[in-house]
Amino acid sequence: MPKLLWREPVGTATGPRVVTLGAVAGRESGGLVVLLVAVGILALVSNEFLTGGNLSNLARQVAIFGIIAVGELLVILTAGIDLSVGSVLALSGAVTAQLLVAGVPVPLAIGVGIAVGVVLGLVNGMLVTRLKLPPFIATLGMLGIARGIVLVITDAKTVQGSGLPQGFQTIANGTVLGVPNLLIIAAGVTAAAWFVLTRTVFGRYVYAVGSNPESARLAGVPVRTVTVSVYAISGLLAGLGGVLLTSRLGAGIPTAGTGFELNAIAACVIGGASLFGAKGSALGAATGALIMGVLNNGGNLLAINAFYLQIAIGVLIIVAVAFDQWNTRAAARSG
Amino acid sequence: MPDPPSPALLSAAGVVKRFGHVQALRGAAFDAYAGEVVALIGDNGAGKSTLVKVLSGALRPDAGSMTLGGEPLDLRDPLDAQRLGIETVYQDLALAYDLDAAANLHLGRETLRRPPLGWLGMLDKDAMRAGAVEAFRSLRITLPDVTVPVRSLSGGQRQCVAVARAVAWATRVVFMDEPTAALGVVQRRQVLDVIRRVRDRGVAVVLISHNLPEVLAVADRVEVLRLGRRVARYASADASVKDLVRAMTGAVTTEDPP
Repeated sequence: MPKLLWREPVGTATGPRVVTLGAVAGRESGGLVVLLVAVGILALVSNEFLTGGNLSNLARQVAIFGIIAVGELLVILTAGIDLSVGSVLALSGAVTAQLLVAGVPVPLAIGVGIAVGVVLGLVNGMLVTRLKLPPFIATLGMLGIARGIVLVITDAKTVQGSGLPQGFQTIANGTVLGVPNLLIIAAGVTAAAWFVLTRTVFGRYVYAVGSNPESARLAGVPVRTVTVSVYAISGLLAGLGGVLLTSRLGAGIPTAGTGFELNAIAACVIGGASLFGAKGSALGAATGALIMGVLNNGGNLLAINAFYLQIAIGVLIIVAVAFDQWNTRAAARSG
Repeated sequence: MPDPPSPALLSAAGVVKRFGHVQALRGAAFDAYAGEVVALIGDNGAGKSTLVKVLSGALRPDAGSMTLGGEPLDLRDPLDAQRLGIETVYQDLALAYDLDAAANLHLGRETLRRPPLGWLGMLDKDAMRAGAVEAFRSLRITLPDVTVPVRSLSGGQRQCVAVARAVAWATRVVFMDEPTAALGVVQRRQVLDVIRRVRDRGVAVVLISHNLPEVLAVADRVEVLRLGRRVARYASADASVKDLVRAMTGAVTTEDPP
């Protein structure tokens, strides 16, 4: 019997690695490049783009949408999808507006509005984990249900009464040291999600569930709890978005948020998330939301037909995913 | 019988498991002793995987009794087994491919930062990374990097991660379902070396394998399962591949009465 002559000479180590943009910025690096290029071009060709007024306007437009996208990202990371965020946003916003019109104190009205989002999110999570419905179907049903409820309770009319309290409207329209409150809230939500996803046990479990739920279960990860939680958080952030939109517009709009779910999914995908789960980051989702906002804003400034912008964003989604696929295959070849 | 004199660490008797009309286990028995490698072999459909799933808590038996260290054993799920120091390397490895080796090694058992940060559920990544490097080193498993996703590792390296995870937490029994299937020669030898080192720590290693020469090379004892029942037990030193095949195919009479 011959002796073993050769053994794999590599040692177990965390030695130095080649530092690339991808290693530093992760999967959202492609999105960051697109964002910087878009901002650079707009700064060059438009005099108004970099003005304070336009930037705070842009921030207000993107903020609510970014908050929804972060919630959507959590669900997508578990290889799920939440199609109900737009409808939940409208319902939460309308409920808050109705309570305010009825004279309920502002904090309570906000609390109930957000709670509506959490409850609907919990229902989504239960449908997925207990009834084993595909997330697409469960949340598609909730999309219809929540929209139907908001149309019923508002009779499809804008909820404004004799004007919502000024203190409530200041929340989304005010500024702190010149920075729009909405931007601060959205940045806070993104930072919190980033912390939870990259630094905590819960975040690690979200990725583990998205990677392989059965493996996660066998390793002792509470898969059901994690899954229900991400839908509840998505509902919470949709509810928060609804309250903020009502505050910003000074009215509860029953048709608000239509199509937001697809925009939120697009933002996640442009920011590097994979619909197969376990790939993506909070920063990426926020970057994706920002890219879409900047393109829309730039289009308005340059008086480009909005229809062309829709085409551009559609192309961007396809390019982002195609690029990612190509990257994955290249990595598989070299690995 | 070639059994060691001391009582078995893990013992099962009369285990029955039905799937609808199919009876996968018909009163199966099994014994594993501390500090030995025992191979569980049998033809396809003999009930090996079902028995391992029962013993590791992934399936609940319809009948039968089990003991661990002399105490009655009732496993509701794999976590029960893990709490008692029983670990399993599943055939499909059960790794989260998007997480790195260090994260997989600690999945479900993360180390937290000291309070107050720990109260937020904050991970102590440095400690887990160091623990993973140490776990791999103690088994002389070589990985290029414990911080890259498991997806980018080779099949053999993934296998080693799965084995290392089970071994790192097992204090009493490790089940390994076909741990060397689909491995190259060098990596196969690496895994077999790991198995011997785990045994030398006093853990009972249960090896499920189709590769009979390998079974005889690494196992101290062999238990043969046929049609859901134990039909023979051998000390590997006294057995040949031919003996094992005869037992697997029914040429040896049933050891445990039905």
